[in-house]
Amino acid sequence: MHELSIAVSILDAVEAQAVRRPEARFSKVGLRIGELSGIDVDALNFSWQAITMDTDFRATALEVEFCPRRHRCGKCGQEFEVHDYETDCPSCKNMATTCISGEELDIAFMEVEE
Amino acid sequence: MSTRVPVEKKVLNENQILANELRERFRENGVFCLNLISSPGSGKTTLLEKTLERLPRDTRVAVLTGDIQTENDANRLKRSGFPVKQITTGGTCHLDARMIQKHLEDWPLEDIDILLIENVGNLVCPSSYDLGEAAKVVLLSVTEGEDKPLKYPSIFFKSELVVITKLDLLPYVPFDLAKARENCLRVHPEVEIVEVAATKDAGMDQWMNWLRKRKETMLKGRRAVLVN
Repeated sequence: MHELSIAVSILDAVEAQAVRRPEARFSKVGLRIGELSGIDVDALNFSWQAITMDTDFRATALEVEFCPRRHRCGKCGQEFEVHDYETDCPSCKNMATTCISGEELDIAFMEVEE
Repeated sequence: MSTRVPVEKKVLNENQILANELRERFRENGVFCLNLISSPGSGKTTLLEKTLERLPRDTRVAVLTGDIQTENDANRLKRSGFPVKQITTGGTCHLDARMIQKHLEDWPLEDIDILLIENVGNLVCPSSYDLGEAAKVVLLSVTEGEDKPLKYPSIFFKSELVVITKLDLLPYVPFDLAKARENCLRVHPEVEIVEVAATKDAGMDQWMNWLRKRKETMLKGRRAVLVN
């Protein structure tokens, strides 16, 4: 349950942008959240609503792009989505593959009405 | 008019900046730092107690131990005679880089070779917060069930070592050790695994050897940087 701390960090970032754009209304914050990030999106939305309730950002929505775990094969270069912890390469069956996404916890963009 | 402003930054950017600063300071001062994570009651403090007992008296080791409340763990670990400080988070379910920075203020890093951080007991939240450590270590006790790595993949994926603890209780619990190892490797194929029964002093050599080896790797990396 650290979604509340995460929501506070997002609000800090939005407030920092708002200083630069005092006239703008922030309609959306675009997030990228990876499968391996350990974030529960429902809990994050709940925390976000709770902490923005009495601020200028109560109408600002979180838009989450969920990023599944993906690996790249060290041998044949194939990139693939990992399902059910199966990390071996589906093409050449090589076991040495590396994680290329799924750990994201990023703010991608903010949408503002000016 | 609606405009999309690209931001492209990590949500935990502030924590990451501080953690990077800490990592750099650890590197400069040759401090090998480990971040120990597990669910509550899986044996982090006991493993640390037994680790401190085994270290030569002149080892320059220091411990930071995190909990939501009480100084209990610090009091236990202080019996070792080594410097120990409690971080009470007062409700927060994880340690963050700022807490580490603050609690290191009056400890000169040049006097520390090994810094062991015991995180708040929790398998979820600590995995998101980099503390500047060289490696994360996750503990899994046999009383918890062998499917923990599958249920909490993030921390098992981010840790370099899994310490399976309380092996002496194996006869009393339905814990499938082979399955537990398999689950750890399914989530993180490169992860290393050691098994201990710290209160019985079993398996401790394996863990101490890992610690020693990992510290050497970190210091070698540091020397390479200094030479370049």
